[in-house]
Amino acid sequence: MELNDIIKEENLVLKKSRLLTDNVMHYCPGCTHGVVHKLIAEVIEELGIQEETIGVSPVGCSVFAYNYIDIDWAEAAHGRAPALATAISRLHPEKYVFTYQGDGDLASIGCAEIMHACNRGENIVVVFINNAIYGMTGGQMAPTTLLGQVTSTTPYGRDAKLNGFPMKITELLAQLDGTCYVTRQSADTPAAVRKTKNALKKAFQNTRLKKGLSFVEVVGTCNSGWKMSPVDANKWMRDNMFKKYPLGDIKDV
Amino acid sequence: MAEVKLMKGNEVIAETAIRCGCDGYFGYPITPQSEVMETLMLRKPWEETGMVVLQAESELAAINMVYGGASCGKKVMTSSSSPGVSLKQEGITYIAGAELPCLVVDVMRGGPGLGTIQPSQSDYFQATKGGGHGDYHLIVLAPASVQEMSDFVVLGFELAFKYRNPAMVLADGVIGQMMEKVVLPDYTPRRTDEEIEKQCGDWALTGKKNRERHIITSLELEAHRQEVFNEKLQRKYREIEANEVRYEMLNCEDADYVFVAYGSTARICQKSIQLAREQGIKVGLLRPITLYPFPTKPIADLCSKVKGFMSVEMSAGQMVEDVRLAVEGRTQVEFYGRMGGVVPTPEEIVEALKNKFSI
Repeated sequence: MELNDIIKEENLVLKKSRLLTDNVMHYCPGCTHGVVHKLIAEVIEELGIQEETIGVSPVGCSVFAYNYIDIDWAEAAHGRAPALATAISRLHPEKYVFTYQGDGDLASIGCAEIMHACNRGENIVVVFINNAIYGMTGGQMAPTTLLGQVTSTTPYGRDAKLNGFPMKITELLAQLDGTCYVTRQSADTPAAVRKTKNALKKAFQNTRLKKGLSFVEVVGTCNSGWKMSPVDANKWMRDNMFKKYPLGDIKDV
Repeated sequence: MAEVKLMKGNEVIAETAIRCGCDGYFGYPITPQSEVMETLMLRKPWEETGMVVLQAESELAAINMVYGGASCGKKVMTSSSSPGVSLKQEGITYIAGAELPCLVVDVMRGGPGLGTIQPSQSDYFQATKGGGHGDYHLIVLAPASVQEMSDFVVLGFELAFKYRNPAMVLADGVIGQMMEKVVLPDYTPRRTDEEIEKQCGDWALTGKKNRERHIITSLELEAHRQEVFNEKLQRKYREIEANEVRYEMLNCEDADYVFVAYGSTARICQKSIQLAREQGIKVGLLRPITLYPFPTKPIADLCSKVKGFMSVEMSAGQMVEDVRLAVEGRTQVEFYGRMGGVVPTPEEIVEALKNKFSI
């Protein structure tokens, strides 16, 4: 059998979502963002809601998310994506509105905006990528940086006395009555990727059912910021991040 | 038939917003403009016109909600007072950078810092020179009456959409709090989705359907491309400067001296003119209605006819800089102001005029 005999439509086991653009991703090899982008594109495509979905991208590594998923996008100021999404959703109640935010954007500078969007129960989806570091600005400490973790602004490791503690923002948000679904997932194995995709799909379906705010955290790697190989980064994440940020549903009402 | 009412300036902002087909208001309480949101909440326009009204968790959130709403081509607004408007500057520069229409109402109070809650005009620089980071301008309208609070909500939205640029109604605590007779505009229905599509279809976020995706952003990493964008913005501002200058002249025909004043100070100057003329001093008033674009040419044209200008402001002297730029040394320019929330009296303005020009 020749190679060309195998390359046929019926033998296709995986294809790129038509919602993923052909733009070359700027993410580092090994980064979690690319995988989650792909999942969001697939979920929007599978739910058939491309024409009704509006994304809000953050400031941080995923600032250019709008280059990769073929839907309408607004690019927010740092931390303010939930405020934009609030207005877009309220002015377009029939639309699917989601924000895509990192840990610095969501848990630090945008803490008030996410807290109150959750508390108001805005009918939106929030995708939160937690890689415990500011990637785009060169690897500074984030609210979710682990104790002892070395970053460019915690060169001797995060010290609770100096820098406070890693913030479990997702657990905090689950306390608020406006959130209907709060979950923490990862994307480091094929099984985890499938779970994350299911969580994202459920979140968008909640919007359809007007259930309130669905919050999907994905614990991810920043191998460049962590100064590790992608393989080592995944191992470090499993050994350290998952202990502080255990995976699974936190709230589902 | 037009409806005539006795209303507070702040209430009129809210009432006119509902009547002119505004899609959304996002605010945060601050004195002396809290009546704007209070009036809206009492009126419940979501039941009447479908207008969204939301009390945000902060001024920052409120202006970023406006950013989100404006991204959709919706007619959205916020209001605040000086300290709150400082917080809004982040969102305002993003909105200007993304070239979106919206309306921001600033009912100024005394500063700096938490300052006072009394009327002031000390945010002229912030309003007219940009306010946030980057080279941009707002279209700034300065109401001098409760009627103009109504008129400029309508005009502000009109100009904001015409130029895809944020517009600001820059009032002061006097105009916000005082009650006057106002002729309210007739109801204009909110635009339908089709009308928004027609007006904003080439850029607004309406859902990607049978077209390329729309991206609202102010980000451009490539410096040369960002310069090209800045040049485009500057061309827009030149166009605004050429087409949208608005001002009013009072008693300038025979005037030896001309007050330049806006907002409530312009109203006080009208009385000062009367007092001065009773003393045989021929004074007129040039009232800028648009603070940006500033009425530079009308002031320049008066230079050869008058002995001098006096800018009267509730500030340490901000607009006077633009008067001097217009005059370019051709005649005497003086300034009189009160600060910190103190409102000048007509008499002290006349005295200041006499002192400064040795009359």
